[in-house]
Amino acid sequence: MRRHLLSIADLTREDVRTILDTAAEMHDVQRREVKKLPTLRGRTVINLFFEDSTRTRSSFEIAGKWLSADVINISAKGSSTSKGESLRDTVKTVAAMGVDALVIRHSASGAAQQVSGWVDAQVINAGDGTHEHPTQALLDAYTMEHRLGPLEGRHVAIVGDITHSRVARSNLLSLALLGARVTLVGPPTLLPSGVTPWSAADGFDVATDLDEVIAAGPDALMMLRVQRERMSGGFFPTPREYTVGYGLTRDRLADLVRANPEAVVCHPGPMNRGLEISADAADAAASVVLDQVSAGVAVRMSILYHLLAGADGPAEAGGPAAGDGPAAGDGGSEVAA
Amino acid sequence: MSAPLPSGTLLVTGARILGEGAADVLVRDGVVVEVGSVDRPADATVLDADGLVLLPGLVDIHTHLREPGREDAETVASGSRAAAAGGFTAILAMANTSPVADTAEVVEHVLDLGRACGLVDVQPIGAVTKGLEGAELAELGLMHRSRARVRVFSDDGHCVSDSRVMRRALEYIRAFGGVVSQHSQDPALAGPAACAHEGELSGRLGLPGWPPVAEAAVIARDAMLAEHTRSRLHVAHVTTAEGLDVVRWAKARGIAVTAEATPHHLALTEERLAAYDPVFKVNPPLRPTEDAEALREGLLDGTIDVIATDHAPHARHDKEHAFVDAANGMIGLETSLAVVADLMVRPGRMGWADLARLMSTSPARIAGLPGHGRPIAPGEPANLTLVDASRTWTVDREASRSFARNNPWHGMTFTGAVHTTILRGTVTAREGEIRPC
Repeated sequence: MRRHLLSIADLTREDVRTILDTAAEMHDVQRREVKKLPTLRGRTVINLFFEDSTRTRSSFEIAGKWLSADVINISAKGSSTSKGESLRDTVKTVAAMGVDALVIRHSASGAAQQVSGWVDAQVINAGDGTHEHPTQALLDAYTMEHRLGPLEGRHVAIVGDITHSRVARSNLLSLALLGARVTLVGPPTLLPSGVTPWSAADGFDVATDLDEVIAAGPDALMMLRVQRERMSGGFFPTPREYTVGYGLTRDRLADLVRANPEAVVCHPGPMNRGLEISADAADAAASVVLDQVSAGVAVRMSILYHLLAGADGPAEAGGPAAGDGPAAGDGGSEVAA
Repeated sequence: MSAPLPSGTLLVTGARILGEGAADVLVRDGVVVEVGSVDRPADATVLDADGLVLLPGLVDIHTHLREPGREDAETVASGSRAAAAGGFTAILAMANTSPVADTAEVVEHVLDLGRACGLVDVQPIGAVTKGLEGAELAELGLMHRSRARVRVFSDDGHCVSDSRVMRRALEYIRAFGGVVSQHSQDPALAGPAACAHEGELSGRLGLPGWPPVAEAAVIARDAMLAEHTRSRLHVAHVTTAEGLDVVRWAKARGIAVTAEATPHHLALTEERLAAYDPVFKVNPPLRPTEDAEALREGLLDGTIDVIATDHAPHARHDKEHAFVDAANGMIGLETSLAVVADLMVRPGRMGWADLARLMSTSPARIAGLPGHGRPIAPGEPANLTLVDASRTWTVDREASRSFARNNPWHGMTFTGAVHTTILRGTVTAREGEIRPC
């Protein structure tokens, strides 16, 4: 596995498999009464968030703490403007405090990759602009596998504002690695530029009619959040019209269940109930929204474990010596009970 | 230390004028007095130019200096040193300084700074609108009447997007033979965040796209306004095949339009953005290979009149932001001759005479600079550039005379190098050495 996790493109199919398998073991830990593993004792993880986020930040915080890392949250919102301190100065300052890993969220695409070139710490991308959100895609894969089994040959439709979605971009890559078939669905104004050659090159489908896609009985529907600023950005006329065209309404949920009784509904959150997803769909048996949140912690534990305590650093990882953590160096195949 | 760079009476021996047969050129009192086989006068310093190509001194119609306002990024003097090193004898300094060059006072200040340094003729460009805000005309006539004799006006960095303002500017400057150099970018189609060519790569990278239509639509409107007002339009940095087609159409229609392309849009393409390195962030953005190739064709068929550097120095920290937040632009004064020579002349796609037309004669004519871009003939001002066409060199950003290090060519190797630059008979640069200023 590479040193940083900046993009799903940094991972091989085997890496993804390893992360998801370890996540399953972490998930078991998560269900125990005493959740803490000593694996990352003495390691410092900084959540450096240039953009607001509650769930991703707390998910990383819990994941780090359950692995016994020291986790510090730094909100750097507002310091990323071109007028202020440069991004390089900001991250060099934070890194100079002596951190092992920087978990970075930034409103600008590519920020995590740039940072990885400036600091010695390992960098985990917790969302960079409209580019990628690799840990989200991995937790999505984990959640879908949990319900559907292996994703090889499964059909996943990603619906909504694809243009501005880092979740969609990371999922395109991870689902391709896992052998799933993907259809992007949205109004033409919310499909990324160049999507036609892109889809031809990468082998996914693009559609503008959600009902046709649902009628084909996909195994998973991933509903993307519509950002408030898009509503006034001229990308579609009104929220009402968006819902009629691309919302997972009560009727569409029924169509989906009819077409494929096993189908699951995902949403990276936070949901705009009544806009891209109806309350009925959000709370339906098919919905795995809360499973995604739960999986988020396990998957991030797995990622932190593999990146920070991975094959290269068993001795100082505190794993086997403590006799209680995943045996570092063996890919985490055992989580001692 | 070598001897000081010579001036006074110079005898350039054995130079291939515009790449043709070897000749000697005698320069006295800043003027070419004899061309051919010349006996060495007793008072002449000989510049051995055996095997070197002699061109009229290069003229850059699109340079950003950062003085006044951002002297940490570039001064008139540091930019002049870079220009001399790059073979230039005249540069046109864009108006987006702080304060903006939108008054006679500011343009005269820049003119005087250039003269005080004296390495290159620094001709200020005046802003089209006050503060580059696109709303009210700047004092175009007063800038023209000033000592700076401004004839080129530009809000470069910003597009004069209001059709009425653009129309009035074109109409007004007709009185004194001015020209508007337009930064063609419809801000509604390519806003301030747009930083990557709109296409598959920007889609993958999640970078806000800058579509070709935002350039072509403005060029089309401006060409029609130039026709309507019977005035003169210069299209700065054309970057797309679409924009080029519109220029071609306008020229065929007889509209007084000229166009420029930059070395970076000719030689670099959008793939450079894949690692989000802000050194490659420039506005308009680097385009796909097809567009770069269309621009090269445009050089050959006359659609592109000028190669201009758009030299845009920035302090290092202004480039060390996230990609979308980082400053736009890249430096280019010291590398443009090499890039164009290597890309176009060496493979035989054009000759040295073409390069001289694109980098000296045409920009001097469009800008109305007397004494630059002239034939190498008796009676003409001795503004000359010697090129070593066979020298292969690797760009090192740390060796730059510019204060800036936002150099996209760093580490790249070119064949073709500026050897000597002569401004009115004074050697300003020779084999990497620059006359002090």
